[in-house]
Amino acid sequence: MYTFSNKLKTFSLALIVIGVLGVAYGFIDSNKSLEDVKTMLTEEGSSHGKALTEATQNGLELHAEQASENQTEDHAALEAHHDEEHAKHVQHQLANRPWAALYVAAFFFMMIGVGVLVFYAIQIAAQAGWSVVLFRVMEGISAYVLPGTLIVLGIAVASHYIGHDNLFIWMNPDITNPESDYYDKLVDNKSSYLNLPWFIIRGLIFIAGWGLYQYFSRKLSIAQDTAEDNSNFKKSFRFAAGFLVFFIFTESVMSWDWIMSLDPHWFSTLFGWYVFSSMFVSGVTVIALITIYLKSRGYLEAVNDSHLHDISKYLFAFSIFWTYLWFSQFMLIWYSNIPEEVTYFASRFNDYQLPFIGMVVLNFVFPFLMLINSDYKRIPWLIVISGIVVLIGHYLDVFVMVMPATVGDQWFIGIPEISSVLLFAGLFIFVVFTALTKAPLLVKRHPLKKESENFHY
Amino acid sequence: METSKVIHAIYTDDDVLMSAVKRLKAEKHHIEEIYTPFPVHGLDKAMGLAPTRLAITSFLYGTVGLIVSVVMMNYMMIEDWPMDIGGKPSFSFMENSPAFIPIIFELTVFFAAHLMVITFYLRSRMWPFKQAENPDPRTTDDHFLMEIPVHGNENELQDLLVETGAVEINIIDKEEDKEH
Repeated sequence: MYTFSNKLKTFSLALIVIGVLGVAYGFIDSNKSLEDVKTMLTEEGSSHGKALTEATQNGLELHAEQASENQTEDHAALEAHHDEEHAKHVQHQLANRPWAALYVAAFFFMMIGVGVLVFYAIQIAAQAGWSVVLFRVMEGISAYVLPGTLIVLGIAVASHYIGHDNLFIWMNPDITNPESDYYDKLVDNKSSYLNLPWFIIRGLIFIAGWGLYQYFSRKLSIAQDTAEDNSNFKKSFRFAAGFLVFFIFTESVMSWDWIMSLDPHWFSTLFGWYVFSSMFVSGVTVIALITIYLKSRGYLEAVNDSHLHDISKYLFAFSIFWTYLWFSQFMLIWYSNIPEEVTYFASRFNDYQLPFIGMVVLNFVFPFLMLINSDYKRIPWLIVISGIVVLIGHYLDVFVMVMPATVGDQWFIGIPEISSVLLFAGLFIFVVFTALTKAPLLVKRHPLKKESENFHY
Repeated sequence: METSKVIHAIYTDDDVLMSAVKRLKAEKHHIEEIYTPFPVHGLDKAMGLAPTRLAITSFLYGTVGLIVSVVMMNYMMIEDWPMDIGGKPSFSFMENSPAFIPIIFELTVFFAAHLMVITFYLRSRMWPFKQAENPDPRTTDDHFLMEIPVHGNENELQDLLVETGAVEINIIDKEEDKEH
């Protein structure tokens, strides 16, 4: 049996407390009045807006000769109106920032939990012989599925009721009201799908399905420990197969709902798989990291180099799979350059160049070069380094999916973002390691246990 | 002409062969060669063969393919004739790079795969019309053959091999400078 060390428990609680304080600070700090935003913008304008004003002045001089005084006044009034609009826009983006930061971090840790649950289901459905000694680690991590998904859906819904639509603009009732200035025909056309009640129901369906599978697979796995026959094993095989079918549908819908609908004007077909690949690779990475941690504490005697080797092969292969989907999505849109699609990448390329390109280095180039060597795949500290880099990369991946739609060019990785990560990291560690203490770390009486213990690559 | 003698010990089971190899290694006998009809897992480790470096060559060949494709497309599409084809930006390599990635990928794989296979053929001396070096045709079907050089210790060796379960032991005179 694993005992949750006091040190780790204190550490996770400290993360939660620091995270909560930082998130609260983020919410207070983002609550700016229109006047504050205007002064901020003029201060910014004096530094980097100079070139722009010069350029407009040159243009104005050309027009000046033809322009009557009357027209110039009009122009000034128009400009003032434009400034007002711009300030409002920026104010809104600033108000979105703590929400988006919280959402990105919540989604990222949810991805890990769900990714591990799917990996676990695949191992069971494929009757993999090598991974049985890691099942309890996977079960422990997937204990985060239920709280994680509920938190994500909760933040999404709260952003409407508490935050006045800080995340999903389609949740605003004005957007589908033809009388309103804010009316958006494109979003209105999608309103039979994108409406709040249906969004919540869909979310609850995914969460119920995933949560139920998590609950029953864990229950069957523990029941198998003391069983007389293999009926639990057979049942868990059927459950896993059924769950995988359910999952691949709901995951796709989840990615449209929880991520893609942040940009309700944009759509992409392979988005669901892209989000899935990100989930899967982060899940595999966390399995590797927690396995290495538990093994270093002497809890996983049955795990050997070959198990680590296999899990790093998954990490390596799915990093490449993620890159393949990332590039396929990017290249198809870049190549055809259809305006209604390309705005998605244009905004990311203009305002998010470093994270957008940087995450390809972190998620592909780095793990590719680190883990291509067969011997390196079994060196724990190399796996830990690559794993941490990959996790940072996939955090950035979610960041680049969510932020441009919510905060636009006002993004920064500062206190709200970092403390949101700390908050959910603490929660994640607490939930996962508490779940790990609930059952022995090695399954008993599993038909493939012996094979897994003697696994050698 | 000087001759050297070798012993051909024939086994019919790969497990017996494996334990025989371990026994011979433990008694510090040199094993010249083993002929098997299929790969026997762990045989190379038991014989103490050095691990292959084929994967390393493959990685290097892949790097060559990467460089070839980048240089080729940079020259053709950007430097030599930077034409406007459907509005694609051919001002610099980076600007148009997404369009080049599929070719870069394919050529990297192409070089890595083909050059590695050719390296394998060269290193293991395989080519069409090559004279087969098989000492006994049964080793391609269901027999395993171990070849051990003899240095005046044939009787001792013979006893040892019988002990390890060899079903047949032949002493062969081999011409040292025989053409391969």
